[in-house]
Amino acid sequence: IFFFYSIHLLHTADNAGQFFSSGHTNNWAVLVCTSRFWFNYRHVANTLSVYRSVKRLGIPDSHIVLMLADDMACNHRNPKPATVFSHKNMELNVYGDDVEVDYRGYEVTVENFLRVLTGRLPPSTPRSKRLLSDDRSNILIYLTGHGGNGFLKFQDSEEISNVELADAFEQMWQKRRYNELLFIIDTCQGASMYERFYSPNLMALASSQVGEDSLSHQPDLAIGVHLMDRYTFYLLEFLEDIHPASKTNMNDLFKVCPKSQCVSTPGHRTDLFLRDPGSVLITDFFGSVRKVEITMETINLTDPIKQVEQRKYSYVDQLPVSEIIHQKPKQKDWHPPDGFILGLWTLILLVFFKLYGMKHLKHIF
Amino acid sequence: MATTEVERRRGQLAALSIAAVVIIVGVPLWWRTTETYRAWLPVNQINELANLQLQLSADVEVVFARGTVTPEQQKKVPTQVVISLCLFCSSPLEADLSLHTLSESPCGSLVVYVIPESSTLLPEDVDVYIGQRRTALLRIEQLLAHLEPRIKQVLQVMSFSHTDITAALSDRVRLSPGNKESIADSMRAFKSSPGYEITFSLLNPDPKSHRVHWDIEGAVQTYIQPLLTKLAPLANFSIDSQTLYYAMLGVNPRYDSSRSAYTLNSDSLAHVINPVEARLGSNAASSNPVLNFLLYVPDAHHSPLHIHDHKKQEVLSNAFHSPRWGGIMVYNVNGFYGPEAVFPVDININMAKVMGVFLAQLRLLLGVQSSAPPPGFLVAPCSSTGLADWELDRLMWSRTVENVATATTTITSLAQLLDQIGNIVINDNIAQQVSSAVTSLQLAVAELEAGNLGFALQYSKEAILASERAFFDPSLLHLLYFPDDQKFAIYIPLFLPMCVPILLSLLKIVSEARQKRRERQAKKD
Repeated sequence: IFFFYSIHLLHTADNAGQFFSSGHTNNWAVLVCTSRFWFNYRHVANTLSVYRSVKRLGIPDSHIVLMLADDMACNHRNPKPATVFSHKNMELNVYGDDVEVDYRGYEVTVENFLRVLTGRLPPSTPRSKRLLSDDRSNILIYLTGHGGNGFLKFQDSEEISNVELADAFEQMWQKRRYNELLFIIDTCQGASMYERFYSPNLMALASSQVGEDSLSHQPDLAIGVHLMDRYTFYLLEFLEDIHPASKTNMNDLFKVCPKSQCVSTPGHRTDLFLRDPGSVLITDFFGSVRKVEITMETINLTDPIKQVEQRKYSYVDQLPVSEIIHQKPKQKDWHPPDGFILGLWTLILLVFFKLYGMKHLKHIF
Repeated sequence: MATTEVERRRGQLAALSIAAVVIIVGVPLWWRTTETYRAWLPVNQINELANLQLQLSADVEVVFARGTVTPEQQKKVPTQVVISLCLFCSSPLEADLSLHTLSESPCGSLVVYVIPESSTLLPEDVDVYIGQRRTALLRIEQLLAHLEPRIKQVLQVMSFSHTDITAALSDRVRLSPGNKESIADSMRAFKSSPGYEITFSLLNPDPKSHRVHWDIEGAVQTYIQPLLTKLAPLANFSIDSQTLYYAMLGVNPRYDSSRSAYTLNSDSLAHVINPVEARLGSNAASSNPVLNFLLYVPDAHHSPLHIHDHKKQEVLSNAFHSPRWGGIMVYNVNGFYGPEAVFPVDININMAKVMGVFLAQLRLLLGVQSSAPPPGFLVAPCSSTGLADWELDRLMWSRTVENVATATTTITSLAQLLDQIGNIVINDNIAQQVSSAVTSLQLAVAELEAGNLGFALQYSKEAILASERAFFDPSLLHLLYFPDDQKFAIYIPLFLPMCVPILLSLLKIVSEARQKRRERQAKKD
């Protein structure tokens, strides 16, 4: 009897053991490309290659928020329409057949990005545009574009600073919107973006240090632009070798693209992360390996099935349409018209000197 | 000479009055117009909430049957003696049912009936029988000293224990170890949410061979709806169903010739879900968590299909579930037709068997604990709704505590955030939501102390709704980080041209006055 009892104990410990290797039950990915215009083709290709790897390793579209600032595949200047290539000689088309872009074109703004992260979206936002993570979600965040020391440029017109990003992550932590978060950034001076993080369970990788530029990989003469950035190119090469059951860990990811290949020095930050990076699997963030439990118990149901009478069907009122339609318009801050201040001061000075004459100038200066 | 003196005087007066207007009128006006509107928040009460001490109390009524206490003990212990108790009933189940006619115990309370040692109602090795409603039958020896620890043990099984409550607070106290099983329970069950969506899907990869019919509407009405109606105080449920054709599992099963069946071993089960999930739809209108229950009918070439556990033994239920996602059951139909059947074969699914499995999985996923009772305890078999009253109470205790903890964390972190970032506008509706959340929280804590579980759950739900609405209000976006150098860059072109003449003229006035005073001093000497 004692023997039997100890086997039972082992079984439950085994079951409970597989839960504790990582502590997460679902995976999310937020992939953002922040630049527009045809010559920034490589940023869209970067994002799409990470999207492709993440989908291949199992994360479904419903758990990926893909933000592309411009449409390269259907751009008028694309000699091969409906394709986005990552290798020269057009070896690998990362656009594929089933890309689902959630935020496209001008919808990719700093405000929308922060709203997605913190969850403060208007109630009419559909499910596919939301990050519905919980406290057991591992999230992968990938940003690419043009950046500088402490900021990342969005759409060539606005920027997000590293302080805002760190505050957004802190708000996510306060609301327990993630279990662990992996942040990858491929821009110039990318390491400055993760300098200010202060929330727990964050791991960050960047393609270059402060003061260095991230370089692009190879131009394709037929398409006419650079196709990929170096760091993401070697990252894609590394990820192509990963399959859903592989046991590669994060220490291998840190070694991707050494200085000899990348020209810039990739950096990483793990001091805020609780687990040892050597025990973190790549598939913990890039894939979606589900935990399963065998169903041991069943319930014995003996009642016969009731007959359901035919009902009239009608559409359920799914959205509070009246609330949405009658929402007050967003209050825009009032700014004085352009040139107003300048004109005002010119007027004041003219009036003063006209009234009192130029000789008063010496009293002032 | 006099005119220049007058003009100089006038110039000085002009400079002084401009400076006065700027300082007295201009600066306050600029301050008021660049202020952000911040409605008042009950910050003191929020800070009090941060040091929340939860006290849970459950009403327990102990009823002594005749023969358990001697007359002297009867005088010492305040008791209520039951006159007729069916001690000679053949089974504890019948006794339990007859006791229900006595009184209906409210939500959160327990009644423990103590029966004498000599009674034959309970089998030999069983000391405690836990009924389907909120009653328990306890058999003890004559000594009343053993009574209290036994009742405590019953309470821990039927109401709540320290480990349960710590597990419910697991997102606030993540790093404390606690019982591994209860933490696994908290990882498996969905977090408390105002609503859930349940989707039943029938996967038929081989419509050419099998024409599968299932009476899902009737089955849901008969088997699932009673459980959901019982759980109505906890959350709203919406159910839908679909049939997917040509949906394969992502894993190739292996043929096991010894059992002449195809097998799926436990390691490959984890990879089954992802390819299928891409094809399941979901109700796009709400953000409630979705529970998916899939019924897979294997195709004719891969039948029968059995699931094996770690020890390579067949699983009786032929089903598995994934934490916070749902469950999958494999339903073999090769037994329904012979080898000479004409394809496609009509197949009617035995919904009672299927729903038995799905109901068990639903219980686990919603948070009804599955731990085995301690030795000497006998639990009544499941009622037709699938959930005993005391299990519902247990769920309500842990959900209430979870709601209170989450709402408190949300409100305190919101207050902290609004405090730190001085530029966020706090509208009136946010302040109102925060106040109502704080009030509901205080009421929920008071009701928990008093032991009114039903009201406590209601208040905690209101608190969570209000706090989530306040925290996730779209107007609270903090795109308002202004570094100091940007602030200077904005204000300098506006104020510098104005301030430089004023300052210089004031300085000139001051230096002239000083010079005059020095001259007067010199004249005096």
